[in-house]
Amino acid sequence: MKSVTLEVNGKKVTKTIEDHLLLSSFIREQLNLTGTHVGCDTSQCGACVVHVDGKSVKSCTLLAADIDGSAVTTIEGLSTNGTLHPMQAAFKKHHGLQCGFCTPGMIMSSVDLLNNNKNPSDAEIREWLEGNICRCTGYQNIVAAVKEAAQNS
Amino acid sequence: MASSMIGSRVERTEDKKFITGKGRYTADITLHGQTYAFFIRSPHARAKIKKVDISKALAAPGVVTILTGQDIIKDKIGGLIAGWKIVSKDGTDMKLPAHPPLAHDQVNYVGDHVAVVIAESLEEARNAAELVNVDYKVLTAVVNTASAMSSEAIYEGIDKNLCFDWELGDKAKTEEAFAKADRIVHLKLNNNRLVPNAMEPRASIGEYNSSTDDLTLYTTSQNPHLTRLVISAFNGVHPEHKFRVVAPDVGGGFGSKIYPYAEDVVIAYAAKKIGRPVKWVCERTDSFLSDCHGRDHITEAELAVRKDGIVTGLRVNTIANLGGYGSLFATVTPTYLYAPLIVGLYNIPAAYCNVKAVFTNTAPVDAYRGAGRPEATYLIERIMDQAANEMGMDRAEFRKKNFITAFPHQQCLVHNIDSGDYHAHFNKALELADYKGFAKRKADSAAKGKLRGIGFSTYIEACGIAPSSVVMSIGAGVGLWESAEVRFNATGNISVFTGAHSHGQGHATTFAQIVADKLGVPMANIDLVHGDTDKGPFGMGTYGSRSLAVGGSAISKACDKIIDKGKRVAAHMLESTPEQIDFKDGEFIVRNSNKKKTIGEIAFACYLPGTYGEVKSPLPAGVEPGLKETAFYDPINFSFPSGSHVCEVEIDQDTGVTKVVKYSCVDDFGTLINPMIVEGQVHGGLAQGIGQALYENAYYDETGQLVTASYMDYAMPRADHFPEFKIEYTCTPATSNPLGVKGCGEAGAIASPPAVMNAVIDAIGTDISMPATSEKVWQALRTKVKSAKKAA
Repeated sequence: MKSVTLEVNGKKVTKTIEDHLLLSSFIREQLNLTGTHVGCDTSQCGACVVHVDGKSVKSCTLLAADIDGSAVTTIEGLSTNGTLHPMQAAFKKHHGLQCGFCTPGMIMSSVDLLNNNKNPSDAEIREWLEGNICRCTGYQNIVAAVKEAAQNS
Repeated sequence: MASSMIGSRVERTEDKKFITGKGRYTADITLHGQTYAFFIRSPHARAKIKKVDISKALAAPGVVTILTGQDIIKDKIGGLIAGWKIVSKDGTDMKLPAHPPLAHDQVNYVGDHVAVVIAESLEEARNAAELVNVDYKVLTAVVNTASAMSSEAIYEGIDKNLCFDWELGDKAKTEEAFAKADRIVHLKLNNNRLVPNAMEPRASIGEYNSSTDDLTLYTTSQNPHLTRLVISAFNGVHPEHKFRVVAPDVGGGFGSKIYPYAEDVVIAYAAKKIGRPVKWVCERTDSFLSDCHGRDHITEAELAVRKDGIVTGLRVNTIANLGGYGSLFATVTPTYLYAPLIVGLYNIPAAYCNVKAVFTNTAPVDAYRGAGRPEATYLIERIMDQAANEMGMDRAEFRKKNFITAFPHQQCLVHNIDSGDYHAHFNKALELADYKGFAKRKADSAAKGKLRGIGFSTYIEACGIAPSSVVMSIGAGVGLWESAEVRFNATGNISVFTGAHSHGQGHATTFAQIVADKLGVPMANIDLVHGDTDKGPFGMGTYGSRSLAVGGSAISKACDKIIDKGKRVAAHMLESTPEQIDFKDGEFIVRNSNKKKTIGEIAFACYLPGTYGEVKSPLPAGVEPGLKETAFYDPINFSFPSGSHVCEVEIDQDTGVTKVVKYSCVDDFGTLINPMIVEGQVHGGLAQGIGQALYENAYYDETGQLVTASYMDYAMPRADHFPEFKIEYTCTPATSNPLGVKGCGEAGAIASPPAVMNAVIDAIGTDISMPATSEKVWQALRTKVKSAKKAA
């Protein structure tokens, strides 16, 4: 067991946890932030993507105990004061989601893309999202949403 | 405002919860005092269970109970069912093995359910499962679709592993067409086995209250009412009136969540047995092993053609793999959902189809996006290409020669097709795809050292399953209607209850658009309720592109009843007669006057029938208070969406990598309620169909181990696999439902595999099977080069 302090969505949390607890489980089970989803067991699907210290990571590949002191942003922490983040608004406007299961990870990955590349081409968007699987949308409206968000950010 | 709602690109009302992380999927639910379930699954494809020893595991920390097949027998829990009886051509009923939710005698595929460990934590359940000792006698597995009939029988009493040997069509007439044909075109095809892979893995939570005897099952279902019915009536877990099934937000289905699975039955049963909530969440590898798979056909087809290019007959023999058991819709998928559509949208006067459905030691196969229709479309569109190529005709012109042109059209098999204009969407698709410019693009690709091919696919599908009168006339046991309740609240807003279930389709938006249009109430005042058997009337769920055509029509009918009652009440309040009342944009108006009442005022008066001015009671004699109406809608016929798709691929000869570089489609879905949502459905279907053609394959080795059981091994389509799809529409409204809609959910997955494969074959000039992976394409190109050298 280890005591871990993280800043999650702007709030400090300290918990004593098992050394082997995955960050995804920590977020879902200890903090009840169920917007971060788990869609596979091989770190392929990307439904669990969150930001750790500003960078997108698959939260199923990290141990919570290993990132003591880090700042974590989950999908629940993306909008501010009830205003949707431009990426969230663009996903809605362009019908970039259907069942919604991959959506939190997809949005968190896309936000990080724009942090790295303010004006990505279609090909760059598609390549960046290679680690996020969506079975519903065929990706086209996701690409459109990311382009729109790039214009609005 | 009202009439503009139909055909309007309204943003989805359900989106906000999903984009902010506030969706509530089954795995997100935590109940007080819940326990955790872990299933012990068979590691063998076929084995006898000699003994299950749970003694050590029972003593492990945190274990609450362990249930095995013996408990299922003791507590008389019934087996899983196959819902549609198929009669073989010799008149005998289909043969099915018993399918207990926990095996007690024999396991029949890797992943089959043997026992469930229930513990205080998932970790403890998993650790204890390691201590359960199952003694198996491993038997030879039957894996291969083609050789299943000549393999050892898996089940006693089921000779040749044959579930049924079924036929459709006029055999003699078809033989005659072939006898007279100028040319007979032959083609052998596979339709590769796929894993549906909804992104949300299946999950179930059972909760039982012993003081009230109420049992609740939260589950990832496309079909909560049917799940309740089956688990009550057939598995006998709990009576229907004391059993609630909730399918909250569900993360995709594509068919795989239509059926109650063994886990659903066991979790409901276990919760009742231990009196505490039991939660189970599937891991992805277990999803690969135990979710129902799709497709898996082997087909030999022959086309009879006249020398002028007119097709006169089609003869098809298919072997369909059902996997280890008969799943709920497994038997109807390769029969009634498949064979009637093998003639596609062509005017073929004679056709015959024989389907042999076989059991193998693989995961059960059932309906997956398109269910039978992709298999039918793949065969007819591949053989049409083959025929055109053999006869030296342009593949587009050959298709046009054979299109059905007059409607209604009675096919030679089953369907009476009410409407369509196939030339219209085909010509539009050729234009959208710039077919004329293809030769230049091919030359440009060649200049880069790449091969370019173009492929066409046209399709027709039968949606809106299932009109009772039609399906029962062709031997189906049941028809499938849908229900709706439209309930005004006293303050004038509306709750709409549907038996359909939305797991990505956007019903909350589309269905509200229908109600807003019919009743003239703003979208914001309409709430759609679904997915909870305690809330709405019995319903049949969502699959087969049926929700709008059948469920939406039920809503439309219920709205008509509301308007009808509203007219009677308004007439009374306005001292007129119902015949004199017009209803428009939410107002009841006395004809040729300015006397009117809004529908909100009528609703208020119906619920609070006090004194309204001169009128002592707003309700005329014999009219009940309240304003809510229920409708059950059984369509008069299937609806028949159709379309034309054109795919262009570019192939790297050095690596065999095939890239879809251009994809254009024109679909006729009848009336569109929300074109934005329709487009999304097409995109998703295309991605799955292109995935089938180029990437996806569920592969079992000869011992029955699923080799492709994770996202490391099963090629899921990713964002960079696709170009931007070009989508347009034509419209011939359906005449079989009041909305004129035809269904759009599966079209992309139906049309695209043959479009892609015809393009690949056009590019490489040689036959190849799905999926056309880079390795297969590379091998095919090498073989071609070698044989060309040999010939030289």
